[in-house]
Amino acid sequence: MDLHIHGDTASPQEREAVDGLLGPAPSAWMGGLRNLNEEGRIALVGGQESRTQRHRLIEAFHAVQGRIGWVSEGALNYICQRLSVPPAEAYGVATFYHLFSLSPRPSTVVHVCDDIACRIKGGENLCQDLEKTLGPSGSGSWQRSPCLGLCERAPAALTLQAATTPRGITLAPTSGEEITQGLKQNAWPVDEPFQNLSRSIPPSGSRELRLLKRIGKIDPESIEAYILSGGYARLKQALALGSEGVIREVLDSKLMGRGGAAFPTGRKWEAVAKAPAKPHYLVCNADESEPGTFKDRLLMEGDPFAVLEGMTIAGLATGCEKGFLYLRGEYPLAGKRLALALDLARFAGFLGENILESGLNFDIEIRRGAGAYICGEETALFNSIEGKRGEPRNKPPFPVQEGVFGKPTVINNVETLVNIPLILKEGGKAYAQLGTESSTGPKLFCLSGHVARPGVYETTFGPTLRQMIEIAGGVPEGRKIQAILLGGAAGVFVGPDQLDIPLTFEGTRAANATLGSGVIIIFDDRVDMTDILTRIAEFFRAESCGQCVPCRVGTVRQEELFHRLRSQQPLVSREEELNLLKEIGQVMRDASICGLGQTASSAVESALKNLKGLFAERGQP
Amino acid sequence: MSNDGYWFQAPPVSTRIPLPPAEPVVELVDITIDGRTVQAPKTSTILDVTRSLGIDTPTLCFLENLTPVNVCRICVVELTGARTLVPACSRKIEAGMVIQTDSPRVRLARKMVLEFLGSSVDLSTAPQAQSYIERYDAKPDRYGPRKESARTHDHAEAVDGTKARTTQVPVKIDNDLYVRDYSKCILCYKCVEACGTDAQNTFAIAVAGRGFQSHISTEADVPLPDSACVYCGNCIGVCPTGALMFKSEFDMRAAGTWDESKQTQTDTICSFCGVGCTLTLHVQDNSIVKVTSPLDVEVTHGHLCIKGRFGYQYVQNRDE
Repeated sequence: MDLHIHGDTASPQEREAVDGLLGPAPSAWMGGLRNLNEEGRIALVGGQESRTQRHRLIEAFHAVQGRIGWVSEGALNYICQRLSVPPAEAYGVATFYHLFSLSPRPSTVVHVCDDIACRIKGGENLCQDLEKTLGPSGSGSWQRSPCLGLCERAPAALTLQAATTPRGITLAPTSGEEITQGLKQNAWPVDEPFQNLSRSIPPSGSRELRLLKRIGKIDPESIEAYILSGGYARLKQALALGSEGVIREVLDSKLMGRGGAAFPTGRKWEAVAKAPAKPHYLVCNADESEPGTFKDRLLMEGDPFAVLEGMTIAGLATGCEKGFLYLRGEYPLAGKRLALALDLARFAGFLGENILESGLNFDIEIRRGAGAYICGEETALFNSIEGKRGEPRNKPPFPVQEGVFGKPTVINNVETLVNIPLILKEGGKAYAQLGTESSTGPKLFCLSGHVARPGVYETTFGPTLRQMIEIAGGVPEGRKIQAILLGGAAGVFVGPDQLDIPLTFEGTRAANATLGSGVIIIFDDRVDMTDILTRIAEFFRAESCGQCVPCRVGTVRQEELFHRLRSQQPLVSREEELNLLKEIGQVMRDASICGLGQTASSAVESALKNLKGLFAERGQP
Repeated sequence: MSNDGYWFQAPPVSTRIPLPPAEPVVELVDITIDGRTVQAPKTSTILDVTRSLGIDTPTLCFLENLTPVNVCRICVVELTGARTLVPACSRKIEAGMVIQTDSPRVRLARKMVLEFLGSSVDLSTAPQAQSYIERYDAKPDRYGPRKESARTHDHAEAVDGTKARTTQVPVKIDNDLYVRDYSKCILCYKCVEACGTDAQNTFAIAVAGRGFQSHISTEADVPLPDSACVYCGNCIGVCPTGALMFKSEFDMRAAGTWDESKQTQTDTICSFCGVGCTLTLHVQDNSIVKVTSPLDVEVTHGHLCIKGRFGYQYVQNRDE
């Protein structure tokens, strides 16, 4: 391919940022200096060398964005030369991800959450205040953001600061004053609440905890502390059991994936372990972006070694030598702790070549997302790891056949992988005794909204929705429950008359609801639910990748329709609007490529069905 | 000079009559389409089979000479046992599939896809899409009056819902050969494929942005002359809606002189080089008004280069 580079060249800082990631440019063919003595020889290998690095495109954008605060034409051109990517294609990739800016922007930008869980805790008011003091969202130093996964401390914001060592500072709960003062003086509070993660886990310290037992109790930056608390014993056990033994235990445990789709983990592993095509890859889906979900963040921030141990066991059992951990771009603390944990684990011989003298190799690389909910969809995530736009692929072929780089791939959610050491500890059959017949083991639930003690709760499958809300302290004094969102924006609203739904896969399915990723957002009787539904419609419009027509246009039309319902300005009549909504929902569910479009209408439609009196015509109840 | 020791010796003449290579063995599988059970090669797509049966499955983003991207979703069919509808253009057949191509679910999906496109995109130069709109009784107007849309990068775009957002943007005229009117673009990805690995390997354009803001763009939206474009025109050749158009056609349409009923099409072989590409000359009033190439010709599969596509002026320089 003939690269056509036009326009600006990169500044020294931009080059430095990219070279910091990729190493110095070896030849003029890759954006380096001319060296007439060697060029002829290097040119022969330069193109191939850079093309094999093509998948690091998004990492390269992160390097420039993190250093400068935005990606200029010159920086984009330099990255294209380094990786042998046509500029038009690279531009298409960069503009897909909302954390990358292609126009000049201040080095510090505050991302303020106005999504549903923060919205009902003052997030929207906060944004409106900032609009008055700092100007409209996106115009400079602040912008509105979809759910940041900090729902238990709402309202939340995330300050991203470009520098030689980029910083991400979590502000939660925050206020308009804290943000404006912070921007004015460039002084930000220390992440004090995050030093003590037990505050996000109200039952912290309880002896019944299995998945959360270490969080807030041991130092997440110390591998010694992890080993002393029983860590890495299961990796040794797995090596003794061998691939088939481990997969047998996981099959026996009846573990279902915890990311939302609830697919049996053991069957996935078995398929990849037996797949003839090589190499196999393992992917940990840590792109937690479902509004109202924050459990994976706490697992990674509070117990990063457990995530790595789970991944290592999974990788070795399924014949992988390489694993990717695809981390949500908005989780700086998790990224920092995981990176440190990776180094420590590698140094201690738990990762890398010849793990614990077993003769087996396995290593993990962290890849960061850059502001795209769709990349939580497994095939979109693969494309993102490959340095492409996060557009989902058509299935079949399924990931176990053709996943990342077209090879058989196991992809599991963070919580699923953290269950693996536990299964080996308890034994697959004993694990299957926990919970119910079809929902086995412990499960994390993310409670937020109008509940006394929001946070992550762990329970073996079984309690009803009512019991879960009671465990979290119930709704605040004097208020009543108006609605509950189960499973996040792609989930289902239930009313106060449906509190006896058992929180199991089968129980929620029987009630036409879903567990999804374990989201439970409680809305009390003060909330304007029409505002919440409109925000959900807006969320899907903003997060649709735009590839297929039903979702690209359907989410836009659905959002417009909700605005008309809210303002009571139907085009023809209210009945006609509700009929149209049904048809929009039907085509998105039936004809969209991926789960985003297929579920984009599920929450809003369930609200109209399960909650009473929404969008009632004036003068009617 | 004697023949002894001459280094060349002709090989002995073979008496065996050469046979054509054996036909590859293709496994046949049984599938049921609209109640008819048929046998088809295992490598076919559902669309291959429906077309061989004479079932007219609508397509917009599909073209025989490009890799199926299955993004328009108008070709979806109902597959028994599948949770969602499946795209006929890319889904390979499997033994025992039971498929309906005209069920109420299929008709609704197709109608809605057409309404979505019709309400957001200018389909005035897309006769195929318009005929589908009629066939499926789609009503693009029921989403309200059309709104001019500005592209933003922020999720908190002001919306009131009284007008249907569209993809309207100004027409791009930045070179003498072709015009890009992205208000007419249905984002079928065909031009990106033709510019990339499916034909030209130039990579001058790609899909940029996300969601409803997605659009076809050069890097940073620079004009075509600044981009990697080599003006092969293969993107125009595959565009199903007239979003990409020959300047000659665009100008004649603007002047009101474009009249396809007066045009003749003549196939010839390009005279510029030895490859031998078939050209179809579209002639109106004894002048060439555009050049295309048939998809089913092995030499080009419908793709040409700048000379074959645009180098026809010399034919018409009659005055000198």
